Formats: sequence, structure tokens, C-alpha cells
Amino acid sequence: ITACLVMHFAEFDDAANLLAANPDATTISIDEPVEIPKNQRDRLQEPGREEDDELLGTDDSDKTELLAGQKKSAPFWTFEYYQTFFDVDTYQVLDRIKGSVFPVPGKNFVRLYIRSNPDLYGPFWICATLVFTIAVSGNLSNFFIHLGKPTYRYVPEFRKVSIAATTIYAYAWLVPLALWGFLMWRNSKVMNIVSYSFLEIVCVYGYSLFIYIPTAILWIIPQKVVRWVLMMFSLCLSGSVLVMTFWPAVRDDNRRIALATVGTVVLLHALLSVGCLAYFFDAPEVDFPAPFIPAHNGTAVVTKSR
Amino acid sequence: FAGLADVSISEDIPVEGEITVPVGSHSPDEDFSTLDEPVRDTIMRDLKAVGKKFVHVMYPKKSSTLLRDWDLWGPLVLCVSLALMLQGGSADSKDDGGPQFAEVFVIIWFGAVVITLNSKLLGGTISFFQSLCVLGYCVLPLTVAMLVCRLVLLAGSGTISFIVRLLVVLAMFGWSTLASTAFLADSQPPNRKALVVYPIFLFYFVISWMILTFTPQ
Repeated sequence: ITACLVMHFAEFDDAANLLAANPDATTISIDEPVEIPKNQRDRLQEPGREEDDELLGTDDSDKTELLAGQKKSAPFWTFEYYQTFFDVDTYQVLDRIKGSVFPVPGKNFVRLYIRSNPDLYGPFWICATLVFTIAVSGNLSNFFIHLGKPTYRYVPEFRKVSIAATTIYAYAWLVPLALWGFLMWRNSKVMNIVSYSFLEIVCVYGYSLFIYIPTAILWIIPQKVVRWVLMMFSLCLSGSVLVMTFWPAVRDDNRRIALATVGTVVLLHALLSVGCLAYFFDAPEVDFPAPFIPAHNGTAVVTKSR
Repeated sequence: FAGLADVSISEDIPVEGEITVPVGSHSPDEDFSTLDEPVRDTIMRDLKAVGKKFVHVMYPKKSSTLLRDWDLWGPLVLCVSLALMLQGGSADSKDDGGPQFAEVFVIIWFGAVVITLNSKLLGGTISFFQSLCVLGYCVLPLTVAMLVCRLVLLAGSGTISFIVRLLVVLAMFGWSTLASTAFLADSQPPNRKALVVYPIFLFYFVISWMILTFTPQ
């Protein structure tokens, strides 16, 4: 397979791409980083290509790729098999969260942080926290918005917790499944440089949702502008993590398909945040107080009240 | 016993003897016949065990009694009483009210199971039911908080009552989390303690939220 790939990529100047082409192939580790003069690069190249070259300097990625095959060797009906998905320490989880909140332009989240050790701890507990944060913040924000009104009586709105849970867990697990299936299908037609396992995609999605936790807390502020600014901000951050992860995986494909894939990823992400904001958080000032109309002409003052 | 592998007994030496079990040497873990004792003794023994564990939770010291002799009676009683006390909340429609009995039950038990699985997957050495036992028993401070909240709400539901309830629930939430962490933290690998403690924190936070937002009819 390696020989075929060499022939396939012979036309490229970047020797670095040979190694990035098939991560599962046995490779010789390169000690010094491959120096590629920048002026040789096409100006119109996407920033994602640089991250492949950049990461080749670290021989960690080679080693981890080699070791990847040895990791999950327990049969799937044993407990040890599932323990391999929780093989993370506290500092690793914190690092991954940091990487999702501060995306470095050009760095691929999966290659940089996950490095063939996808974990299920992060996605699961970030989703759980997000579910309860959205439900609690929505409840609190509604409480503060409707506080002064005489007809308002506080309700805990507990049913929304189950709705939030269904939505968020479905998003965090079904969308990666669909995306993984789609990437596998395209991979069979077009040899992509980068391909991800299902768990790595779940990991990216899970960690990219982390930014919504502080956003949901800040959404308690009952100002429409503030909420939309916050949403745009968090959408940009988590969207960029997703885009920078998936663009290298589809950019060798048909241009339109690549753009459509990345566009769909971002669109679904945006839909999730807009939907959560609309459903769990009542719009501020939805009931206008009876407007004060000064009676200029002496006729009966018509006050509008809801 | 590897050294005995090549020991052979020649066949003309008869091996004989007597094996007697000395009567009356009970170890504490050995099962003794409880069929003949009065029912009261049986019930009182279990009740005493449950009560002793309640005391251990209220004054958490690192003792292994809670872990060694686990039982799930206490958690069941606490869960049912908490779920019952959370009933009777006000709601205009079913969708907006507080949690139903089944929802509280499921949250507590499913949450405890998930946390136990989480700590075991992260490499914890505690057994499944021991962890369930600890998590269930540490709901006791929150049940006390619920009781206090209901009593305070009988007196009135204004701002002062809310502040009192908030303080009580906060204190009991802290107590629960600290108590369960005190029992469970030792069995976790040292560089993953925070990963195990956080879900426990989330679990008791959700229960505290349900207690705090309870509004009577």
C-alpha cells in the first residue's frame, strides 16, 4: 500500500505529505523536522496543510501511530476494552478542554490533543454538564425575566431537562456517526490524507461543546444583544475547532463536496446553539408593560396590556 | 505449592486421619444460622447496620465499615423519601412542574450507577455495590435539607425563606459531596481523582437543584 501511495503523491513537491498520507503505514521516524521553504508553497493553500507539515516535526505522532494498533486489543465484551477509552489523566482532560476553547489557527485538535488516545470521559461528562447547565440557566433566566410580574409563579420546568438531554446527546453522538459514515464513504472513493476513527470524531464534537457551558451561564443576562454576541462568539470558537479538524479530511475531495461537508458541520452546530437559546431561554421583555400614552387630546387613553 | 509438585506418597503407607471442625469458632464473616432467631432480631440487626452507616455519613471519618458491609436499604429508604417529599409541587401543567417521582428515582439510581461505572472505568478499585452504597448513603444530608425546606416553606415562601433554604441546601450539598469524596477518593488512582470527584459534584448539584426549586402548591 505504501508503494501505491508513493506513486500517487509523486507529483507533490512536499515530501512531508508522504508521511501524513497514511498514518497507519509503518514509517521510519524522522529526527529533524522537514524544512519546507515557504516560498515553494502555493499561496492559495489552505492553512490546514501547514499543520500536517508542522506536526511531522514531532516524532511523537509517529510513535503514537505505531502504538495505536496495540492499544485496544481486549475483546469488546470485556470490561478492559472499555477501560481503554477512559485512559486519560486529569491534566490531559484539562489540556483537551483548553485546546477546544483556545483553538490555535492551523492546529488540528485531533492530531494535537487526541493523538490516538480518544477518550469517552470528556464527551460524556461535558454533555451531561451542558444539559444541566442549559436547563438550570434557562430556568434561572426565565425566573429573573418574569420576576416582577404579578401573575408570574415560579415553576421548575423540569421536563426541559429530559428534552435538553435528548437533544444534546443525540447531537453529540448521532452527528459524529453520520459524519464518520460519510467520511468513510468518501474515503473509499477518494484517497484522503487524513481520516479519523469514530471515537476521535466523537471526541472532537464532545470537547467542542465545552465552550457552550460558560456561554449558557452567561445567557442568563436578559439582553438580546448580549446573548447573540455570546452565541456568535462561542459558535466561532467551537466552529473553528470543528472546521480545522475536518477540513484536512475533505479538502482532497471534490471541491463542492468538501465545502458542503464543512458547511453542514457548521450549520448543524449553529442550529444547535440557536435552538437551545430559543427554546430554553425566554426572550427578554416579551411582555411590554402597558405603555404610557399621555392624553393629548383628551380622548380616552387606550392602554395596551397583554 | 510448587515445591510439593514432586512429592509422592508411596502407596503402602495408608493415609488416614480425622478431620473435625471445631464447634463454636465463629469468625465474624461466617454465616450463622439465623433461621431460629425471632424476626425482631433479624430486623433490628439490619436496622442497626443501616443506622450505624447513617451516623458514619453524618460524621465522615475514613472508616471502612461503610465500604465493607455495604447494603442498599439505606439508599432505597433515602431515595424513596426524597422522591416522596419532592411531590406535591405546584404546576400549571404537567410539563412545567417539578420532577415526578419516577424522574427523581431514575436520576438518583441511574446517576449513581453512571458515576460508579465512571470511577471503575477510570481505574478505581472499589467494587460496584460498595460505590452505590456510599453514593446512596451520602444523599442523607440532602434528604435532611429537603425536610428542613419543607418545614420552612410551611412557615412562608418569601425572600427570607428562600435565603434560609438556599443556605441550608448549600451547606448540605457541601456536606454530601465531602462525605462521599472522603469515602471514595482513596480508591482512585491519584492522578485521576478530580476526574472522579467532578461527576459526584454534578450529581449532588442536580439533586440540590431539585430540592431548592421545589415550590409548594
